Amino acid sequence: MHLRENRTQLREEWARRVTEDQLLTAMTKEEIFAEATTVYDNYVAVLETGSVEALQAYARDLSERIIPRGVEANEVVGIVLLLRDVLGRSLLKKYQSDLVLLNRVMDAYEPASNRIANTVAVSFVQERERIIRQQQEAIRELSTPVLQVRERLLILPIIGVIDSQRARQVTEQLLRGIRANRAKVVVIDITGVPTVDSTVANHLVQTVDASRLMGATVIVTGLSSEIAQTLVTIGVDLTKMKTVGDLQGGIEEAERLLGYKVILEESAKESETP
Amino acid sequence: MPSEAETEVSVPVGSDADIIIARQQGRALAEKAGFSGSDLTLVATAISEVARNIVEHARRGEVVLRMIHQGDKRGISIVARDEGPGIDDISLAMQDGYSSGKGLGLGLPGARRLVDEFELESSVGVGTTVRMKKWLNSHRSVAKYR
Amino acid sequence: MRVPILKQGGYLIASVQSALTDRDLLDLRDNLAQQVGKFRSRGVIIDVTSLDVLDSFAVRTLRTLAQMIRLRGAETVIAGIQPEIAFAMVQLGLDLGDVATALDLEEGLVLLERRTSGGGRRAKRSGN
Repeated sequence: MHLRENRTQLREEWARRVTEDQLLTAMTKEEIFAEATTVYDNYVAVLETGSVEALQAYARDLSERIIPRGVEANEVVGIVLLLRDVLGRSLLKKYQSDLVLLNRVMDAYEPASNRIANTVAVSFVQERERIIRQQQEAIRELSTPVLQVRERLLILPIIGVIDSQRARQVTEQLLRGIRANRAKVVVIDITGVPTVDSTVANHLVQTVDASRLMGATVIVTGLSSEIAQTLVTIGVDLTKMKTVGDLQGGIEEAERLLGYKVILEESAKESETP
Repeated sequence: MPSEAETEVSVPVGSDADIIIARQQGRALAEKAGFSGSDLTLVATAISEVARNIVEHARRGEVVLRMIHQGDKRGISIVARDEGPGIDDISLAMQDGYSSGKGLGLGLPGARRLVDEFELESSVGVGTTVRMKKWLNSHRSVAKYR
Repeated sequence: MRVPILKQGGYLIASVQSALTDRDLLDLRDNLAQQVGKFRSRGVIIDVTSLDVLDSFAVRTLRTLAQMIRLRGAETVIAGIQPEIAFAMVQLGLDLGDVATALDLEEGLVLLERRTSGGGRRAKRSGN
């Protein structure tokens, strides 16, 4: 087949145009050439067999390697379209004397090459989405720290929107935290939660109940008057939940529950007397 | 696209000891399928509920556990089957708090909250089949509390 | 498997060692209720640290058990519910009602101490 016979020449032509068009600037010339060889062979293999599976796997793998280096979607699509152009022109040149044959070749080439461009672009985007999802997970974990402020007292400040997935993560993290820190009291501060609807409220109730099953008392702080009004209006029963106005008050209440206050005052007095 | 069977375990259920075997087998298979942490407990608990439903209402039956995948999704399927008396009023049986046996009445509706897909098929005098699926990394919205 | 029940001072401690069948759970309930009377115990701790699942039947049995113990004049503490199990229980919609819970056996003993004999001490500590 023509495209295989002229592999070296066509591949070089393509690599040259990729550099010319300033695509893949994040990669060295050698790297581009190495990847280009594999892309070329995969490309021709798809044209021959019509199966895109191997190419798809390679495109995902390639994307995984080049995304962290800042390669953009337009570059990836760009190089594939360039290869499409280089190969198309080469076929045109070879068969231009026989129009009937050229037509037949192009009829086969065009849909296949379109499919390749499509496959590569979709694989790249999917891979990038996967990476973004992974990063979101990581951020989520970071965004709900379980803090130990005193022995047996944990604080969980929740900031941002709570959806079901996050609520689950927060709850599991807190329960593990209770066991790891042998916590007796947990203060959950929801000052940073913009809206609390019945779903979020139910998650809160579940978190409180699960903590209690492990022997810990939960105090919820930071319920704004708007949120309090919403909860009353939609009829969420929070009577079983201990609530305190703000985080400061919550911590004081927690210390009282832990029996800290008396001890602290006494030790403060001791240190005052010389 | 139909899900494809990879590994299948069938546990005959005829006594309360079998409930434990069923949920231990289920936990092991779920672990093999990639589940971890509290998901394993959720799977084991759901199996415990449907297996107990068999023991209480039909006395014997079986729980079939399978690793499944559908497109990119991987998961586990749990089918509890019996040839017992069947359930007369399914929507009543699925209501929280209803029980014709000795459970809390939370058995089947409770199991439904622990999995991603839940199907109950029953006819009087023929038997009952419960089909449940749980997928990896799918966190469905928690059902309304109480 | 039979659950061993240990007598320690005025308390009974039942440590669950492995998965329990429904029958085992009912036996545990009956044995504890009987022994609370026999030893005139003031409190009971059920250590469920090794349990892999607490389903609706188990939770219902534990609740009934606590009620029976209370009628016999003693307090019950369920100790050692693992994070995953606590999570599964609330997903199931199960709770232990007003049965006391503790992180582990040690905490359970502290809690019983306070509830059964340390009432005065608790009031002093919290400043009331």
